[in-house]
Amino acid sequence: MITLLVAEHDNSELKLDTHKAVDAITKMGGDIHVLVAGAGCQSVAEHAAKLQGVSKVLVADHDLLAHGLAENLAPLVVDLADDYSHIVAPATTTGKNFMPRVAAALDVEQISDIIEVVSSDTFKRPIYAGNAIATVQSEYAKKVITVRTAAFDKVSETGSAEIVSLEAVADAGISNFVKQELTESERPELTAAGVVISGGRGMQNGDNFTLLEGIADKLGAAVGASRAAVDAGFVPNDMQVGQTGKIVAPDLYIAVGISGAIQHLAGMKDSKVIVAINKDPEAPIFQVADYGLEADLFEALPELETKL
Amino acid sequence: MKVLVPVKRVIDYNVKARVKADNTDVDLTNVKMAMNPFCEIAVEEAVRLKEKGTATEIVVVSIGSKSCHEQLRTALALGADRAIHIDTELNLGSLQVAKLLSKVVEEEQPELVILGKQSIDADNNQTGQMLAALTNRPQGTFASEVVVEDNKVAVTREVDGGLQTVSLNLPAIVTTDLRLNEPRYASLPNIMKAKRKPLDVKVAADMGLELSSKINLLKVEEPSQREGGVMVESVDELLEKLRNEAKVIA
Ligand SMILES: Cc1cc2nc3c(=O)[nH]c(=O)nc-3n(C[C@H](O)[C@H](O)[C@H](O)COP(=O)(O)OP(=O)(O)OC[C@H]3O[C@@H](n4cnc5c(N)ncnc54)[C@H](O)[C@@H]3O)c2cc1C
Repeated sequence: MITLLVAEHDNSELKLDTHKAVDAITKMGGDIHVLVAGAGCQSVAEHAAKLQGVSKVLVADHDLLAHGLAENLAPLVVDLADDYSHIVAPATTTGKNFMPRVAAALDVEQISDIIEVVSSDTFKRPIYAGNAIATVQSEYAKKVITVRTAAFDKVSETGSAEIVSLEAVADAGISNFVKQELTESERPELTAAGVVISGGRGMQNGDNFTLLEGIADKLGAAVGASRAAVDAGFVPNDMQVGQTGKIVAPDLYIAVGISGAIQHLAGMKDSKVIVAINKDPEAPIFQVADYGLEADLFEALPELETKL
Repeated sequence: MKVLVPVKRVIDYNVKARVKADNTDVDLTNVKMAMNPFCEIAVEEAVRLKEKGTATEIVVVSIGSKSCHEQLRTALALGADRAIHIDTELNLGSLQVAKLLSKVVEEEQPELVILGKQSIDADNNQTGQMLAALTNRPQGTFASEVVVEDNKVAVTREVDGGLQTVSLNLPAIVTTDLRLNEPRYASLPNIMKAKRKPLDVKVAADMGLELSSKINLLKVEEPSQREGGVMVESVDELLEKLRNEAKVIA
């Protein structure tokens, strides 16, 4: 039994999603190989070789793979698939994009977003916005799986796997990368942060998010948002926490001016400690909060920042 | 340009799903059902392409029991031209759905297929990508903008780091994200008109595909519930609790 894990990275940095996916695979058992597919990604491969439990790193370093285009990445993974019992990727937007393309090409049903490994063929995954947890078993000889990384711990970097370079990559010739507009931030990434503070429609506008940023900087926190705040244009889409945005499980999650719709809860209710600040005592967010503060956020946030 | 839009009937997004007492599945008896919100966005996008003169015909397709006629009629009322119902009582996985859709694509030869990125029941986020693989077409997933020009479509995608734009050769597959558009409501005259638009029925079992799933659903459980917390009276009390009780801040 050998698993191929497709690493999450941006060509210069290996993302912690990869470390957490290795934890999930370790629970399935067997050997672990990691594929680093990208352009100018040698340093990422060297980093991946340190992940505890990984025995081999395959590097496919080619311009065609620079931006993770599914049309070029999926065939590469499919070509390698023969040697593997499990093909795994973190359930990031990259993994969600190319993995089903791999699965269909292999004529395998994918199991998305696993949150627990029961055995090498049986997994738990949330359905219906996390209002139910399904235990599913795959009868396929090859399992194709994406991992909800918020549910796993990162493995240490104490290993030393061999690194093997892969040869030529083919261009499917049906898609091209045009551009990307990535959000620049000095703060930790949402899915990697120990503390997350999120704002909702109650923030009223994008400028008011500075009230959250001041607190975030004191706590070393990432800043998130509800869908309503993103839809209203207060903040960019990559800050959305929820069923259809990012899933987070930090030690501390602070929800400010967020009502607590099921779709939002789906993205944060596994946080260790939840704080809610809302002026409506009936807001459903208080039902999941460990500490609720009924207050006007425009008064509570400045006070919180000074007293931290 | 012909546009195909697959739509799914799912639990209404305002309804909280309940697990059956015997833990075999979620209980959907007497639960309010609706078109999957991401499919609504897909229909809206197709209608806008038609209003711009880019799309000439919009075909909607739904797979499931006869009850999905309701969602197909909704799509027709929103502006689709005709509908296909693929009839089956089976609870299909994304791969089987993608295979059935690939048959429809083969027959209809749409230049563009627009699907929702995920359905809010199984939350799989797979069907569009699988259809793209099976039809060997490029895919623009999680779209927040779709621009058709000449023989290509430029798709701006919502990704973890921000936005990415890709250019796909047509024919192509697009899946919608929340910011693509805000779907309209169907007007009463359009709902009446939709009743006369064509709706063809095909039987899934007659389409020559293996439809059984090799993923077994062993159990469906309630998620672990959070213990009810406490209300604090002031920012001072909140900080005191976070420091000394929860010990999550210094
Ligand atoms: C298909 C689909 C997918 C979705 N996916 C997501 C998702 O991934 N993530 C997500 O978040 N949502 C998602 N949603 C949307 C979700 O249903 C809710 O509409 C959304 O979460 C509401 O955002 P909100 O809590 O910021 O806004 P509201 O529900 O409007 O709540 C605003 C809150 O702010 C409080 N408030 C206002 N002013 C103040 C003040 N001065 N001080 C203190 N409190 C104040 C109010 O009391 C209220 O509770 C999805 C919906 C659909 C249909």
